[in-house]
Amino acid sequence: MSDVLLEPRVLHRTIARMAHEIAERNPQSADLALVGIQKGGVALAGRLATALEPILGHPVPVGLLDVAMYRDDLGQRAAPALMPTEISFPLDGRIVVLVDDVLFSGRTIRAALDALTDLGRPRLVQLAVLVDRGHRELPIRADFVGKNLPTSLRQRVDVRWTEDGGDDTVRMLERPA
Amino acid sequence: MTWTRRHLLDLQSLSAEELTLVLDTAREFRAVGERSIKKVPALRGKTVVNLFVEPSTRTRISFELAALRLSADVINFTAEASSLKKGETLKDTVRNLEALNAEFIILRHGASGAPQFLSQFARSHVINAGDGAHEHPTQGLLDVFTIRERKGRIEGLNVTILGDILYSRVARSNIWALVTLGARVTLCGPSTLVPKIFEQLHPSIRVTWNLDEALRDADVVNLLRIQHERQRINAFPSIGEYASLFGLTQARMARLRDHALIMHPGPINRGVEIASEVADGGQSVILEQVTNGLAVRMAVLFLLNGGRQSDLRTPA
Repeated sequence: MSDVLLEPRVLHRTIARMAHEIAERNPQSADLALVGIQKGGVALAGRLATALEPILGHPVPVGLLDVAMYRDDLGQRAAPALMPTEISFPLDGRIVVLVDDVLFSGRTIRAALDALTDLGRPRLVQLAVLVDRGHRELPIRADFVGKNLPTSLRQRVDVRWTEDGGDDTVRMLERPA
Repeated sequence: MTWTRRHLLDLQSLSAEELTLVLDTAREFRAVGERSIKKVPALRGKTVVNLFVEPSTRTRISFELAALRLSADVINFTAEASSLKKGETLKDTVRNLEALNAEFIILRHGASGAPQFLSQFARSHVINAGDGAHEHPTQGLLDVFTIRERKGRIEGLNVTILGDILYSRVARSNIWALVTLGARVTLCGPSTLVPKIFEQLHPSIRVTWNLDEALRDADVVNLLRIQHERQRINAFPSIGEYASLFGLTQARMARLRDHALIMHPGPINRGVEIASEVADGGQSVILEQVTNGLAVRMAVLFLLNGGRQSDLRTPA
């Protein structure tokens, strides 16, 4: 069973709104950089950068961050696949907007903050997520939220980007009981 | 593809998918080594024991640094200064180490099969760091990793392994990884050290005692050290004769393809199996192998550290 939460047209409008919010919050836009968390955050970071460029009048650098080596459950699950971390600009002094598709327990963001700290010292770190589904296990909240969605633990939020072979649709899936 | 093995004992039993997973994982760890902070917390709180019953410097240092860069604690245990000298059995030594809650045992041993034996009763993860003339899996992995990073693939390449094949665990681990990933392997050296019977291991292996033939089509030449310490018989008359018949000299380099890589697991004997100009030349990737060895060993520790299929929780 699956319900469409965001169809492509709404998804695109949501991303455009988030870009405007990021621009509004950060008047010193020359220091701005986006870092997408592997894997779902990468496509969103790219979309936000594309949407931000005409608003700001200049390009915003985009990096990729894989947090697998920083997870807190490595001994409790099969070793996760590692994906590239590519941040080709210095982080020191930057305003970094961490970008992920779904915010859930907050543990991925905790890992991302540790990973980011090992790569440099940003002046400010903000968090942008497409969907905040609740159920936080750590004191973490997003600065920019595409959509707040109360969910049950049995549900799963499924984001399919065209960049990854999907259809730009966000769905809610029910796990079998 | 998910890693499910508890131990790394050999490369012979690894599938192409498993080998590729290690190589892909190693690539990300090599990137960590290029950062200003070269350490990640993946093995924080874990204890790694380097149990080196046979002496080794570079492999031990590489494993030690790999464990440290994963934030594990490391104990070095060498045979010369240990209870093994006082008559304790390997099994008792390992049980004592496990009583200290060591999670990883990295074993270097002169007897083929020692890591396999350990794995039968050990609660920890066993990593073979070289056992007799059997295998040296992490060396095989780092060699294949180095080739793949340079050539972009393994499949279809001609790889020549030159030197002491008979006594070499490095050769065996290389052979298994290479043929599983689709390379053609040529083994070359003195007939006493390169028996024809190696061809029966796999259809992609050929043996030749003619160096020119071994070099002609090679995309990679992996040189092995003559292991004086492992030779029970005199396999060739003199070092000088070996150097003149099988040493990779500049003159012989000229007969190689321009893009051919020169590899050597070290330590190199300059003027014996390899001329100085070749070792230091533009086609040599010998020092890259050392860098890659660290990344591959981090990858192996990282993959083995994962929980097993049986005790996996439902992912969030």
